[in-house]
Amino acid sequence: MASLKDLKNRISSVKSTQKITKAMKMVAASKLRRAQEAAEAARPYAERMESVLAGLSSSAQDTPGSSPLLIGTGKQDVHLVIVATSERGLCGGFNTNIVKAARLHIEELLAGGKTVKILCIGKKGYAVIRRDHGDRIIDLKDLSAVKRLAFADAQPIAQEILAMFERGEFDVASLFYAKFQSVLVQVPTNQQLIPAPIAETDDDAADALGGAVYEYEPDEASILDDLLPRNVATQIYRGLLENAASEQGSRMTAMDNATRNAGEMIDSLTITYNRTRQANITKELIEIISGAEAL
Amino acid sequence: MTDTLHLEIVSPERLLKDAEVAMVVVPGTDGDFGAMPAHAPMMSTIRPGIIEIYETEAGEPEKLFVKSGLAQISDTGLTILAEEMIDLDSVDTTELAAGMAEAQNAVNAATDDMARDQAEAELEWRRVLSEIVS
Repeated sequence: MASLKDLKNRISSVKSTQKITKAMKMVAASKLRRAQEAAEAARPYAERMESVLAGLSSSAQDTPGSSPLLIGTGKQDVHLVIVATSERGLCGGFNTNIVKAARLHIEELLAGGKTVKILCIGKKGYAVIRRDHGDRIIDLKDLSAVKRLAFADAQPIAQEILAMFERGEFDVASLFYAKFQSVLVQVPTNQQLIPAPIAETDDDAADALGGAVYEYEPDEASILDDLLPRNVATQIYRGLLENAASEQGSRMTAMDNATRNAGEMIDSLTITYNRTRQANITKELIEIISGAEAL
Repeated sequence: MTDTLHLEIVSPERLLKDAEVAMVVVPGTDGDFGAMPAHAPMMSTIRPGIIEIYETEAGEPEKLFVKSGLAQISDTGLTILAEEMIDLDSVDTTELAAGMAEAQNAVNAATDDMARDQAEAELEWRRVLSEIVS
């Protein structure tokens, strides 16, 4: 049985752990608020971009010679899977969930006889994926130096991806990230970047542009050509922002649980400690009494 | 008919401006155009240049430098999607010159069309901005 001193040490170590998890929870909560604000602020741009694209692409879809970013290369052989995860651990199932979704997708593609290339954003996902698909990873984007995610952080990644596409290194690109729904729920999402997914119904697209007849300057096709590469950057930026919010939300929940667990552990350890202490006192008393009786 | 134009300028990071104005002059790719209330619906890409915002018809315009973007005029007003805006007062000329030299090098060093296009775009906006500032 553990001695009193051991128990005491144990209790104090759990207490200090609890202090850390509590602090981390609080930090995550404040970071979450900031991340959510950033995600919210980015929404108008993405929404407008989407509505313009939807309007333009529905008409351009049938036109031969449209940008391959919209209609694809005509092949489906090489897939680029972009996995966006966090730079730091201790955030519950956040990274695991994204990686799990990505891995499922990768294995499905491999089973279908496709070639898969992987681009990792964030080293936590990289560490896990490397184990199974190390030879397929083409690059790791480290964003650990980034404190506040800016559009300028997403742009170089997008440019690199576009350059690869231009060189014909892949046919389809999809981005894996966790969509933020609430502090408790983050949904791993697979978003296709290239070719750009087209809005499903034409009615929506028409509505989005107000049903008006637009004058285009220059022509529709050049606007679309200009817009599509920028859309890739916007989508990546948006994914990263969602990811940042999800990461903090997930960390907050995980740390809240850890704090509560630590509390329970402290309670049960304190009970054991008190019982042991009492048992010791009783034992000593019995020893004294029996000693006195023997005289 | 409304007598003001609803203007929205959005960057990927946030909504930069949401205001009722009298007129906006936008540097379109095919030439500058002024947008006034009840303009016909149109869409245009933007070349590097100055967006002039006239709050009132007679007043001094507010000027914003924009690198690239898209302007859309619909029934609801003018929406400008712009990646990056630069405040003219905060331009650092030495930094700009360094950036220009760097972009020029990138143009020279570019090996394929795409890299060259990108580098040229970088050079172009810096050139335009330096002309405006000086």
